[in-house]
Amino acid sequence: MTSRSQTRLGRSILLHLFLTPLALIWLFPLWMMVVFSTMPDNGIFSPSIELLPHDGFIDNFNNLQRDTNFVGAIGISVSVAVTYTVLSVLLTSMAGWALARYEFHGKGAVVAIIFGTITLPYAVVLIPQFIMVARDFALANTWIALIVPPLFNSLGVLFMRQAFSMMPAELFDAARVEGVKEWRIFLFVALPLARPMLAALAIILFLASWNNYLWPLLINSQPGAMTAPVALGTLIGLTKVSWGGIMAGAVMLTVPMLIVFVLLQRHFIAGIAAGAVK
Amino acid sequence: MRTQNATAYRFLTPYLLIFAIFWIWPIISSFIISFQATRTVPWRFAPAFNWGRLIGDPAFYNALKNTLLILVIQVPVMIALAIVMAVLLNSPLLKARGLYRFAFFAPVVVGEVAYSAVFRLMFSLDFGIVNKLLDSIGLPKVDWFSNVTPAMALIMIAVTWRWAGYNAIIILAGLQSIPEDVYEAATLDRVSRVKQFFHITLPLLKPVIVFCAVLSIIGTMQLFTEPFLITERGGPGGGTETLGLLLYRQGFRSLNFGYASAVAYTMAGLAITITLVQLWLMREPK
Repeated sequence: MTSRSQTRLGRSILLHLFLTPLALIWLFPLWMMVVFSTMPDNGIFSPSIELLPHDGFIDNFNNLQRDTNFVGAIGISVSVAVTYTVLSVLLTSMAGWALARYEFHGKGAVVAIIFGTITLPYAVVLIPQFIMVARDFALANTWIALIVPPLFNSLGVLFMRQAFSMMPAELFDAARVEGVKEWRIFLFVALPLARPMLAALAIILFLASWNNYLWPLLINSQPGAMTAPVALGTLIGLTKVSWGGIMAGAVMLTVPMLIVFVLLQRHFIAGIAAGAVK
Repeated sequence: MRTQNATAYRFLTPYLLIFAIFWIWPIISSFIISFQATRTVPWRFAPAFNWGRLIGDPAFYNALKNTLLILVIQVPVMIALAIVMAVLLNSPLLKARGLYRFAFFAPVVVGEVAYSAVFRLMFSLDFGIVNKLLDSIGLPKVDWFSNVTPAMALIMIAVTWRWAGYNAIIILAGLQSIPEDVYEAATLDRVSRVKQFFHITLPLLKPVIVFCAVLSIIGTMQLFTEPFLITERGGPGGGTETLGLLLYRQGFRSLNFGYASAVAYTMAGLAITITLVQLWLMREPK
């Protein structure tokens, strides 16, 4: 063995010796979430160290369902996230298309306003949004309240503007010469070409809606109108509550997303990384 | 190119309407509300009412201090950790790369409520797995929820766990866009790996790292769910109360919209300052 490959081997061992414990620490909370969700409460609150799953998930789920209508809340969360994702992808890719592909009056101003306000904290709009939706429109505890206000998110506009502006103009000009209408070019030429970007965007938006907490907490606080994270949040801190049940709920919120993450990792990572690559 | 006003605005208008109603107008409206006394009907214009109170409010300074303390400690630690994760995940020597990537990136999909619940349970005083493990190796148990310092540490640990991988994804993308031949030339010149990291990798990553830092600062500045759920409404005794939590209590518990808007605009002021610092850091060298 040459000394060069020996140092390579040494470095490789060091790398794994450092990274493996770190990875285990990082996985630990997720692992414990699963373990807790399968343990009865007297097991969670016992002095012994339990690191392996038991078989009490169904009991815990039933306890959760007794504490709050979690299945109903999951139903609301799924419907809201799907609707929000479809609408947001559609609206923002239309806007991104216009900004990438047309010259028009006010284009500079539109871009400046979107970019110029993008780093403002969401907290700034929280109170006026709440006053508007709850008082002026009287839409608290409705689906519209959960779906429509968060559609302001400009992530998709920037994302799709970038995707469309990288496409060669000849693709669209050829169709224009043949007299194809602009909305057909957008729907049937541009969108299919942007499929990977659309997938990445859709995943990021779905996840954001699925996990959204503060806005749904404020606007849909009635039991029958709560999303799943809000319903689960109301149980945290109560005295007479099943913690195994809360953990079962946490697992139901998390594990489907983890599966989606594993299956669509490439799109996920593309979606997150796109923010940084200008 | 000729102008295409009508077509362009047909595509733009649906989004711009939503954007104007739920983003631009609230930004303006919030500013106006911060100058109004909102606990009388009708609201009246009173420029010093909320801002005057803010300047003299110990609860505001407490929340500001806690928020800045979390920012100053948590963000640099997390960014450093994210750089380490990204560099090591990018190493050609790494086996089973997919498993390590999963471990570090998985928290990105975990919702705030779900992980807050788990952290609360893991760190509880007598039956929390963390204290049991500390105890089993002979270390004293830590009362994470009744003392301010451990409670703040817990919030920082939780946020770091949730967001380090997110930043590592962005930094990894930045690393992978650095051309190989830069390193090949340095290796030929017998520049050590460590020197290559500090003299090639870090300077080339600077824009990405600054981007991550700004994103993290603006995110951490609005910290709400973790002190709300993990340390129970900013406990112990306001020890982990953040600006986000103060805004929530003032706006949605006390229904004091004017004062809450002043708190919100303080956060906006901080964000604008940080963005300007970023632009200055990223300016083109003359």
